[in-house]
Amino acid sequence: MIGLGHYLAVGAILFVLGVLGIIVNRKNVIIILMSIELILLAVNINLVAFSSFAHDLVGQVFAMFVLTVAAGEAAIGLAILVVYNRNRGTIAVDDINQMKG
Amino acid sequence: MIAAALAFYLFAGFVILGGALTILSRNPVHSVLWLILSFFNAAGLFVLLGAEFLAMVLVIVYVGAVAVLFLFVVMMLDVDFAQLRAGFAKYLPFGLGLAVVILAELLLVLGGGSFGVSVPAPAHAPVIAGMTNTQALGALIYTRYVFIFQAAGMVLLTSMIGAIVLTHRQRPGVRKQSIAAQNARTPAQATSKVRPVSGEGVTL
Repeated sequence: MIGLGHYLAVGAILFVLGVLGIIVNRKNVIIILMSIELILLAVNINLVAFSSFAHDLVGQVFAMFVLTVAAGEAAIGLAILVVYNRNRGTIAVDDINQMKG
Repeated sequence: MIAAALAFYLFAGFVILGGALTILSRNPVHSVLWLILSFFNAAGLFVLLGAEFLAMVLVIVYVGAVAVLFLFVVMMLDVDFAQLRAGFAKYLPFGLGLAVVILAELLLVLGGGSFGVSVPAPAHAPVIAGMTNTQALGALIYTRYVFIFQAAGMVLLTSMIGAIVLTHRQRPGVRKQSIAAQNARTPAQATSKVRPVSGEGVTL
């Protein structure tokens, strides 16, 4: 019998994978953005699991808004990335220090 | 019941496999493809949970738009990805340590058992029997959460305008068709009468 804990465990593992992805790929902005998507997916799995097991639809409404924000964030992030690559010719995170005094 | 359990383990396994290979792949294109696998299987998990609408939204929005956007950007940027991977081995032990700590903490919280929904909290929006998931969500979004729904639309509009403003560039020296100028042109501007002398050319 699959209970709430199983889904929460999947969400926890996915969240940790996203955090690990940000740490190990800290030079590559594209992979960092994908890791953020993984984290948001983990959050959504948790929200939908709670919503389903508590028989309360508010969690699914909230998950939909999280999806909206995640889509906007991905679009803006990739746009910034494209502009940055056009101006500097690289996307390495270490080189982003123009605003350092 | 055993089929549902098998489906859960299948979907959950592929979600985690896809997530792990997303962050570990050498090639970012492969990363995006693993991310798509992860999203598809998360949609399967949503279907198992009875959230069909969100599952479809996940497939359409994420696989159809966001993942394709990622793929597009990865292929468009001409970047040496091997060089970006340089610190991978250096950060791996620290990252693994941190991941183990966070995962242990999260699973300890889960193992505490305080999340059993046996505590009957009053539902804010109880699931109505006889309504499909999409109908119920629509009835909720377009009534009680209509302003938040509008705000979500504004977020999408803002991000759309922001992305266009950021990436749009006007190059100087490009000749464009000006339809207004063409339409405003009158015969008086466009033609001229000349009286050429016989045997000589016409200068325009």
